[in-house]
Amino acid sequence: MAELQAKIPNGPLAGKWTNYKDHQNLVNPTNKRKLDIVVVGTGLAGASAAASLAEMGFNVKIFCYQDSPRRAHSIAAQGGINAAKNYPNDGDSIYRLFYDTIKGGDYRSREANVYRLAEVSNNIIDQCVAQGVPFAREYSGSLENRSFGGALVSRTFFARGQTGQQLLLGAYGALSRQIKLGMVTMYNRHEMLDLVIVEGKARGIIARDLVTGKLERHFGHAVVMATGGYGNVFYLSTNAMGSNVSVCWQVFKKGAYFANPCFTQIHPTCIPVHGDYQSKLTLMSESLRNDGRIWVPKKKEDAEKHRKGQIKAKEISEDDRDYYLERRYPAYGNLVPRDVASRAAKERCDAGFGVGPTGLAVFLDFEGAIKRLGKHVIEERYGNLFQMYEKIVDENPYENPMMIYPAVHYAMGGTWVDYELMTTIPGLYALGEANFSDHGANRLGASALMQGLADGYFVLPYTIQNYLAGEIRVPRMSTDKPEFEDAEKNVRNRLEKLIGIKGSKSVDYFHKELGKIMWEYVGMGRNEQGLKKAIELIRALRKDFWKDVRITGSLEELNPELEKANRVADFLEMGELLALDALTRNESCGGHFREEYQTSEGECLRNDLDYMYVAAWEYLKDGEFELHKEPLKYEEIEVKQRIYK
Amino acid sequence: MNSSFLKFSSITKKIWMAFLGLFLMLFLLVHLGINLCLLRDDGGKWFNDASHFMGTNYLVKIFEIILFGGFFLHVFLGIVLQVKNWMARPVRYKVNSKSTTPFLSKYMIYTGVIVLIFIGIHLMNFFFIKIGWVESPVDMLEGGEPDFYTAAEWLFTQPLYSIVYILLIIVLGFHLNHAFQAAFQTLGLEHKKYTPAIKIAGTLYSIFIPFGFILIPIYFLFI
Amino acid sequence: MDLTLNIWRQKDAKSKGRFVTYQLKNISQNCSFLEMLDILNEQLIMQNQEPVAFDHDCREGICGMCSLYINGRPHGPDDAVTTCQLHMRKFKDGDTIVVEPWRARPFPVIKDLLVDRTAFDKIIQDGGYISVNTGAAAEANNILVSKTSAELSMDAAACIGCGACVAACKNASAMLFVSAKVSNLALLPQGKIEAKSRVQKMVSKMDELGFGNCTNTYACEAECPKLISRSNIARLNREFFCAKIA
Repeated sequence: MAELQAKIPNGPLAGKWTNYKDHQNLVNPTNKRKLDIVVVGTGLAGASAAASLAEMGFNVKIFCYQDSPRRAHSIAAQGGINAAKNYPNDGDSIYRLFYDTIKGGDYRSREANVYRLAEVSNNIIDQCVAQGVPFAREYSGSLENRSFGGALVSRTFFARGQTGQQLLLGAYGALSRQIKLGMVTMYNRHEMLDLVIVEGKARGIIARDLVTGKLERHFGHAVVMATGGYGNVFYLSTNAMGSNVSVCWQVFKKGAYFANPCFTQIHPTCIPVHGDYQSKLTLMSESLRNDGRIWVPKKKEDAEKHRKGQIKAKEISEDDRDYYLERRYPAYGNLVPRDVASRAAKERCDAGFGVGPTGLAVFLDFEGAIKRLGKHVIEERYGNLFQMYEKIVDENPYENPMMIYPAVHYAMGGTWVDYELMTTIPGLYALGEANFSDHGANRLGASALMQGLADGYFVLPYTIQNYLAGEIRVPRMSTDKPEFEDAEKNVRNRLEKLIGIKGSKSVDYFHKELGKIMWEYVGMGRNEQGLKKAIELIRALRKDFWKDVRITGSLEELNPELEKANRVADFLEMGELLALDALTRNESCGGHFREEYQTSEGECLRNDLDYMYVAAWEYLKDGEFELHKEPLKYEEIEVKQRIYK
Repeated sequence: MNSSFLKFSSITKKIWMAFLGLFLMLFLLVHLGINLCLLRDDGGKWFNDASHFMGTNYLVKIFEIILFGGFFLHVFLGIVLQVKNWMARPVRYKVNSKSTTPFLSKYMIYTGVIVLIFIGIHLMNFFFIKIGWVESPVDMLEGGEPDFYTAAEWLFTQPLYSIVYILLIIVLGFHLNHAFQAAFQTLGLEHKKYTPAIKIAGTLYSIFIPFGFILIPIYFLFI
Repeated sequence: MDLTLNIWRQKDAKSKGRFVTYQLKNISQNCSFLEMLDILNEQLIMQNQEPVAFDHDCREGICGMCSLYINGRPHGPDDAVTTCQLHMRKFKDGDTIVVEPWRARPFPVIKDLLVDRTAFDKIIQDGGYISVNTGAAAEANNILVSKTSAELSMDAAACIGCGACVAACKNASAMLFVSAKVSNLALLPQGKIEAKSRVQKMVSKMDELGFGNCTNTYACEAECPKLISRSNIARLNREFFCAKIA
């Protein structure tokens, strides 16, 4: 059993990162050339890390399952990226950004990591501007900022509604440059299928070339996983179709702890579900809540009529509308953090006030804003979002209010890492959404991009040297070593087993069933009974999967069904851990809401005394996990209740 | 026309195409100006004088060499570009493109080839007579110069020739219609304010030129 | 709605492909085009046939992975959308839909409707970036960018690299794609420093990879899901011309 050593540097909070950098080990330039690093994933974290490491002189091999590194799902982030630049002169500072992030995370994130994140946030903006990211500008030519969900200052930098895309293209550019220089070897349409450990250290991976279906062995002195989040365990989510937990799960089975799996974020403003065949939920940027007002009918009859299509939203009079966020949270109103807004919507719908054909939707209304500011202003601010909505729903949001409903969005939990972003397996690092460290129980808007780039550009390139400095005498290993051979054999056996089942149900059937269980019992509201039931149901479904899944085609060819099956097999195990973690955490905090633990007003009831820890799970065997606790100590801030009233 | 033109990058070739195209368009204006002299009821004096000037002036002779060189380079590059374009899609689509594009833009190579054939016939009728490759259908003027006025008159009073001439000139108009604004686009001369004006100018030009040329056979046929 | 699908099937890059006809019944109007293909695939799997392979990932029109040439148009019969954002309400009951892969020499078919677009990555690798190392950046507000330039740059930067421009162009030209990146960077002061070498390197890579030449038909602009303007191609030409004569 690995010890949980977070390796937080000594000294006062504000000096920890500097202190670390001043004293860490570095690798000299000639030795860098002799060291290979495997990076898995080409999103913000992976691409920025690979580019930065290559610039320093390391040999990098980078892998992505998509056809190009530019497709990673970071590209879909709309809203923006936070930084403590204080350009608007509204009193922002590194401390404030740090504080807001800790508070937003409901005091379940690691203080030192979050402070470092806030500290390097400004460097990220500098770096991205230098790369040519076309951030929004003021007329003076300086950078423009806007406010974003749950913050009192304007600290969000943005590039229209495509900030993630622009930041990713910046990192992709830097990566492309290193590929051209021969410092990075790109493996697109490749999926990592196992980690190779030699003498206790991560030394490479087994990957499958998705075009030929061939298994490959790749050596690295260190392995960096930047493989994103596990939201797709719910089947329907805002994640890309290919987003998966498999790499986190492979390393979990090899000894890397998995932290806080139950911390999943439900995003409040998504387009509601409309049919069984649906494969994906589309997110509408949170920025819509800056001008849109959220409401449901006050009278159940009105809601019922709307569900049956008998009345339109406009026909419901002002007095018969319940602006429930403004009613419940007068201070923050429609701008409460995501978890709060999501739960409030669910509460109204569960109480029978939901609208739309399914009754699982609330209105997001711009009527007032259009009257107040004029249609052109709304068009300028949200034109592309309105257009997107109309394309999907076939209804004009300028005339009828939008209908929205929460959807699974982001995974705060992930592979456990220490201050250096190293997992419990030496030489294996986890970055970005794949790790757990910075967002606690709830992530604030515009913080994911910040974290991905912070990890990739400014944290890992330093911390990995502290490890690699000790590896300079290790020569490149032959991939004929028995460890590689065994790992490849295991992967092959598993894939052959999957194909050999030749059952009667498709992979998607199992994924959808899993999603239904997860959403029903492990979604926005969780309780002991439901979670126990979920675990039972997942186990039964997993059994059925391994008996009855049907995969067409063969191993040695391009086979999307096999790819999916392999990922769903991991989700079927991961879902159970998620439910177990939720069951173990007898409190409500951030995105984790246990119905047994709420205030009389239906708000989260945190239990700092017993649960102020990171739940780091260790894999024992199929369906058996052991909990390790990393206590969270807050030295610089006072732990408070999150109040947005 | 050596291999160095082949080695040009795609955009360099296109910039040459555009420059030469614009140059040829200028020439067309001059050509039309001279042709319109045919319409003057003076027994071909103006026209033959102009032809004489064009045939004897040394500056014009230099210009003529540039013109022919430019014309052949335009044709040559057009074909080279087109061959590469065909090669770029070895497997064709089953369903023809339904993308919205300016109608004439897709047929530049075809209108171009038709214009090339037309110019071949045209040269046979006039220029080759001048240099003695082809025998003149009419008597020479005094001093041994070809009487182009009479030659033109003779040709244009033949209805079949005139109809073919008119049709080919219309195809030339199609070619010019897209060519004009495309040349500006290729040369990077694109601007929110001025591009609409360029487009209008292009349309007017591509109507004016064929109209002017067509007037002549109509004049000889009907008047 | 009931549909007849005529889909290109090709086992792998080396095999010969052919069109295969499938029938689908009871498809909802609210279904997206890719969800309709999911339903077809589910049906095929249940019949023990190989499902149709197609590229897709984010399904919200931003990753650029989905493709498909549908009834003569890249991304199908709607404007300014990717295939994943195309909805079946754009079709009528009883329609026959022909689905083909992108066709271009530099985009060889890998399987069925899946093509290899690494040619685009190669073009970017030849200069589609600003050569700044991590940590070497100056304070962000030291570089002022006029709002107009930033907006124009952003217009061009919206490119998702899906390849619809190449698929739509009768010459399989990549000019819109290349011009979007060249414009994105050339419009910013940070990008001007390398502008001359960038445009030349990217264009020569584009030529080398076998893309066709632009003949200004603007089919690319008409089919671009992100409405990238042809004026970027003019800017590319201008940048290239200036770089060459300088």
